[in-house]
Amino acid sequence: MGIYAFKLPDIGEGVVEGEVVEWMVSVGDTVKEDDPILSVMTDKATVEIPSPTDGVVKSLVGEPGTILAVGQVCIEFETDGEDSPVEENKTTSDEVVQTAPEPVEKVPEPTPAPEPKPEPAPTPTPVVVAAPGTRPLASPAVRQRARESGIDLTTVSGSGPAGRITHSDLDLWKEAGSPVAASGASRTAKTGTTEVPVIGLRRKISESMTESYSTIPHFSYFEEVDITQLEDLRVHLNSTKSDTQPKLTYLPFIMQALVKALGENPVCNALFDDEKGVVTRHEAIHLGIATQTDRGLYVPVVKHVEAKDVWESAHEMQRVSQAARDGTANLDELTGSTFTITSLGRMGGLGATPIINKPEVGILGVHNAVDTPVVRNGQIVIRKMLRLSSSWDHRVVDGYDGAVLVQRLKTLLENPATIFM
Amino acid sequence: MKNKKCKVLVVGAGPGGYVAAIRSAQLGMDTVIIEGERAGGTCLIRGCIPSKALIHAAHKFHDLAKHAKEGGHMGISIPGPAELKMAQLKGWKDDIVDRLNKGVEHLLKTSGAELITGWAEFKDAKTVIVGDIQIEAENVILANGSVPIELPFMKYGDGVISSREALDIDEKLDHLVVVGGGYIGLELGITHKMLGADVTIVEAMDSVLPIFDKELRRPLELFMKKNKIKVNTGVFAKGVEKLDSGRLKLNFIDKDNSDDETKMQSVEADRVLVTVGRRPRSEGLASTGVALDERGFVKVNDKCQTNMKGVYAIGDVANLGEMLAHVASFQGEMVAEIIAGHNRAYNPVAVPAIVFTEPEVVSVGLSPQEAKDAGHPVITGKFPLAANGRSLTQEAEKTGGFVRVVAREDDHRILGVQAVGTHVSELVGEWTLALEMGALLEDIAGTIHAHPTMTEMTHEAVLATLGHAIHIA
Repeated sequence: MGIYAFKLPDIGEGVVEGEVVEWMVSVGDTVKEDDPILSVMTDKATVEIPSPTDGVVKSLVGEPGTILAVGQVCIEFETDGEDSPVEENKTTSDEVVQTAPEPVEKVPEPTPAPEPKPEPAPTPTPVVVAAPGTRPLASPAVRQRARESGIDLTTVSGSGPAGRITHSDLDLWKEAGSPVAASGASRTAKTGTTEVPVIGLRRKISESMTESYSTIPHFSYFEEVDITQLEDLRVHLNSTKSDTQPKLTYLPFIMQALVKALGENPVCNALFDDEKGVVTRHEAIHLGIATQTDRGLYVPVVKHVEAKDVWESAHEMQRVSQAARDGTANLDELTGSTFTITSLGRMGGLGATPIINKPEVGILGVHNAVDTPVVRNGQIVIRKMLRLSSSWDHRVVDGYDGAVLVQRLKTLLENPATIFM
Repeated sequence: MKNKKCKVLVVGAGPGGYVAAIRSAQLGMDTVIIEGERAGGTCLIRGCIPSKALIHAAHKFHDLAKHAKEGGHMGISIPGPAELKMAQLKGWKDDIVDRLNKGVEHLLKTSGAELITGWAEFKDAKTVIVGDIQIEAENVILANGSVPIELPFMKYGDGVISSREALDIDEKLDHLVVVGGGYIGLELGITHKMLGADVTIVEAMDSVLPIFDKELRRPLELFMKKNKIKVNTGVFAKGVEKLDSGRLKLNFIDKDNSDDETKMQSVEADRVLVTVGRRPRSEGLASTGVALDERGFVKVNDKCQTNMKGVYAIGDVANLGEMLAHVASFQGEMVAEIIAGHNRAYNPVAVPAIVFTEPEVVSVGLSPQEAKDAGHPVITGKFPLAANGRSLTQEAEKTGGFVRVVAREDDHRILGVQAVGTHVSELVGEWTLALEMGALLEDIAGTIHAHPTMTEMTHEAVLATLGHAIHIA
């Protein structure tokens, strides 16, 4: 008998750590080589780690939410061999089964793509109600503020330990109004709260948004585009397309227009390595498509849009975003974008200030198209108007550059034939 | 007669009054403060500060005796007993008092408040005559303070002294008798014991310092016993006789047989110090129409407002809070702000109290019994000075003290902290803050306490309350 200590393998370029999504084995389980044992989430994707050996699981490190470093021993097996190799870390990303839609035959039965385990059920932590007969727990500053605001602290629920009342509890109380003041006898003040651990993808999103928003001075720019003609073209193409061709939305046209606009304004199609102080401008147009999934926000990438026509763009966009929604997108499909589009679609809105997908230098938000009264030649006419919101990294993109790009985009979309000329 | 008008008139420049005046001047209000004696009041001039100076000197003298003994102490020996010159000690103490007095005067001046010396006579609640000045004020803050209570059958004078005179003794005493074993009597009694006098305590209650529980009193009682302070509890003082020798004889009698003259006991002394409490100095206020309670305190609400609009009372003269300098100062600051239009009120969670005896006794918040009486489910934990490194290095454990934490069993909120021991008084700041902030045991358990300090005992006593102290078996 020997002990086989297995280290978390290198699971992708530049990936130094992963978060445990799920252990698929428990201590005492007998496993065969290549059985899936662990699902870990990296910056980009969730990957499944196969067992390196036959044996019995002796110990596991970490539980869902735990961050494991690449090279860290994460599982120990008891094996038949007498050798106890402190396993050579030769497993590479090739040997890691990525949650890609690949080899069906490898899996004996059609297994649904392993999805990150749903986050642990939120543990409801009800606000502690102060023990009867005790005075409300609150610091002198909170008590003073309550006095100034005319708040009776005995009517405030404290969210702190032992029901301690904080400044934010007073804020909530003020927003909600006094429970006593609330009219109607049937209304009661609710004091429950639910704590949801920020782990997994949510933590990744939290970290990357913070990283982007706290290091990049964003400037946002809004424009309205008359897409009446584009709409005519789109309707026409959809009504005459072959069955194998995908249905077109506005996005493939916008992607094609971006190929032109970004090509002419390479300053906007770039990655900024702010540690090195280098902006790398790309000839290739790899467009990230921000996609809302059940698990949170993913940004699958349509590669080389400049080499695709509108149909291919539509097709590829639908494929990668569906993969992201299914949880089957692989690392390659989730990395490498040079610019990102975030489509608010039906959620519409008047405008938004999208957050840049670092290290990119710009992002385009697309709202829904709305029939709008506008003035044309001194007449009020109804036109289909599409709003665009964009944000730019002001460190390397000047306001002028961002505006030029959006104006170019507007011109292209308003005269759709020019997109293809 | 000169006439003067002001926005705020403060009567009395003790720790309540002078703070009120400085704050009110800071807030831009035209402020006058009247003091009959010296700025600083009881606390600075004839209470807290001078007594602490004497206590410090007494400790020094007491310690030197150990080094004068054959073989010395800790390798340090002095050739003969240290010599005590009481007149010079008094001079040293007076210098400290003078410095603080000048400091307060300077602070008042810099803040813009006008200090007028003289006794205030009230024409009405808002009109005061001091010497040949008549002052009319929009707002009056009564900070008259308090005076030692006099026993009718043994009035002050002729060797019967109050705490005030006890701090000005400039000769070595042979025997001091203290009537009243409260905190003032014990502080001064122990001080004089350490300065070489014989000391006898006469107390009517069944124990000295009856406001503290038995556990807390124990190390103090042991210290007094070891140092041969004679403590007579459960006895009434019956009066003082002047002997032909010029000394005094204090008669006292068991309180259960106080009518049986044959049971009368007596003790001879060169001074009899009466420390049976303090009373508000409110006799001059009758003409103002300000309402007093049955014990003579000015009745106030939680904003220190009296029954007269624009008339406030703070500190010892008011019936709000303990008769402690820090309470007065807090109220002084608060009332100045209230007059300036701020919405404030007096509602502390806890007021710390310290007795500067040897060993010191400190309490803030509820004792275990008080907590139980208030209906709390109580857990407590103790940690002895003898298990604290810093205490050992400064011989603080010799008096056998400890820190005790009282908390609620269900939510672990801290309800009170008490301690007895040498040098423990400086620990009370953290405890008071913990109570005001609504700290739980876990909050202090999760706070790193500096090593090596006595504050580690707070951490350990909290851990003991949680059932897992480290440095105690």
